[in-house]
Amino acid sequence: MVDALHLIGGGLVVAGTLLTLLGGVGVLRFPDVYTRIHAASLTDTGGATLVLLGLALISGLTLETLKLGFVWMFVMLTTPAAANALANAAFSAGHTPRIGAFQITKGVAAGEAGPDTPRRETSDGNKSAAP
Amino acid sequence: MSEIALQVNFALNIALLLMLIAVGVAIARMRSLLAAILLMGVYSLVSAVWLIVMDAADVAFTEAVVGAGISTIVLLGAILLVRAGPVRHNWRMTIAPAVLVLGVGGLLVYAMTGLPEFGDPASPANAYVGRNYLIQTPDEIGVPNVVTAVLASYRGFDTLGETVVVFAAGIGVALMLGFGPRSSLPPLPAAMGDHHVVLRVTARLLIPLIALFAFYVQFHGDLGAGGGFQAGVILAVAPILHALVFGLHETIAALPVRAVRSIATLGVLLFAGVGVICMINGGGFLDYDHLFPPGVEAIIPPGLLGDPDHAHQWGQHFGIFFIELGVLLTVAATMVTIFYGFAGRAVEEP
Amino acid sequence: MSVAATHFNYLAVVVLMMIGLYVLFSTRNLIKQMIGLGLFQTSTALFYISLGKVSGGTAAIKIYADSVEGRMLAAPLDPDFVQQFGVGGVVYSNPLPHVLILTAIVVGVATLSVGLSIAVRIREAYGTVEADEIEAVTRVDAARVGRDP
Repeated sequence: MVDALHLIGGGLVVAGTLLTLLGGVGVLRFPDVYTRIHAASLTDTGGATLVLLGLALISGLTLETLKLGFVWMFVMLTTPAAANALANAAFSAGHTPRIGAFQITKGVAAGEAGPDTPRRETSDGNKSAAP
Repeated sequence: MSEIALQVNFALNIALLLMLIAVGVAIARMRSLLAAILLMGVYSLVSAVWLIVMDAADVAFTEAVVGAGISTIVLLGAILLVRAGPVRHNWRMTIAPAVLVLGVGGLLVYAMTGLPEFGDPASPANAYVGRNYLIQTPDEIGVPNVVTAVLASYRGFDTLGETVVVFAAGIGVALMLGFGPRSSLPPLPAAMGDHHVVLRVTARLLIPLIALFAFYVQFHGDLGAGGGFQAGVILAVAPILHALVFGLHETIAALPVRAVRSIATLGVLLFAGVGVICMINGGGFLDYDHLFPPGVEAIIPPGLLGDPDHAHQWGQHFGIFFIELGVLLTVAATMVTIFYGFAGRAVEEP
Repeated sequence: MSVAATHFNYLAVVVLMMIGLYVLFSTRNLIKQMIGLGLFQTSTALFYISLGKVSGGTAAIKIYADSVEGRMLAAPLDPDFVQQFGVGGVVYSNPLPHVLILTAIVVGVATLSVGLSIAVRIREAYGTVEADEIEAVTRVDAARVGRDP
């Protein structure tokens, strides 16, 4: 009982997995922390979206599609937030971006104060809650 | 064409096991403890997928939440408190363990060739007691999820033991880490700059949904995959996320340490209390058929459970409900206590 | 060769168990040893679940044989096989190992926490989590006091 929706859904699932695989290749090949975070999170979210869309097409209009929608909302909420937290942590740890062969050492990207940096109270490095 | 489904299942099984072996070898070779801990999280997730392929839905649920969630948090807290650096390896330490491991491994491989074939439905493990549980559950207990029926009713005494073990572990961690020098870090200042806005907003959205999902898993344990253990661990994730994003002081202000420890005790008391009530009403310990006193059958409206022939299942349904509630309370409170122990310990100067 | 095919799961379980055991014995760092122990525990869980799997079976949640899922599950199987090994027209995997492993996993993380809290206290008392350095410290302490270590 193979109809068009099943075929399209299956194709979307395969496309999603290929996208996630490309993200893995990107993490291995990119030179810098920030570009790797970008590769991993972008392809993760996109791949999950394609896979869930494909599965929703295969299930048709049932309760499972609603549940897949909830899973999709959860993925869209958490994966980019996790990427943000990761980039934040890398910045706080002192990683500066790298463009081509050049490592950034001056300016706002390297952590110095710029015109838009909000004034921070002198807390002793207590940025995260866990000790 | 009809064999493809079975072959795909077996191929997935082999592929996932090979992935697990690769991750295991990577963990063994890692020098950095942080990387080893994150690889353990990956290992747990891949084994959760493998468990789904093996038709173990409840176990996959538990492995994903416990292995990739709580276990990672506790290990990260430990290496933070211990200020661990890279692990030292010298080649002399690897000879004796390698010889031992090869010897024991060889013996085990020789021994396991005597096991029945993988997937054999007539093997001694699958053909007797396991099959009887499948046959008798619809009539005696009436819950669709046989794993919950076995866990909560047929093997309820084992589950009480496991709950008490979890509770004892919580007491152990509380005794060792809970009464020492508390964390002297100040609460998060209000104007922290915009560094953590995304995390704060996302966490505020997610924390109530996580708690709601935990209760969904708890109450649907009878109908699908789920139950007290999974729900307890998921419920514990909500305060842990709150503490990680908003500060441990805020979380302790909302859920005081003593209150959490009392909730753990309450869970065990509820579980054992159900068993004692069954004994008072004339049955054995945890014999849910005697949960209600003998006269109650008469006042229950007929057909309330949908089937008057199965009125004897009332006791089973309520018994399972209460003990799963006890498991939820104990497991959630214990996980939060363990987190409070690790997170609240002062980071001493090196 | 056929043994490797029919018993592949058990071979993989033995390999994982030995990797965990190797990590446990080859390092003197307490935290790495706990990680090795965790690998060992998960491999025993894998063993139990492999024992309980039935080919062509499904998760042990009751499905009606004449529903959509029931028919989809019975389609690739031989009707005599379903008749002999199924319950109510559907073949299930054995639920008993699942029950045993479910509680074992939660207990495993509880004991992991206890072990790690002991490691934390050892670090606070001796200043290190490497077992040979701890032994050296105890030997020095005992020599200073004039006792046997």
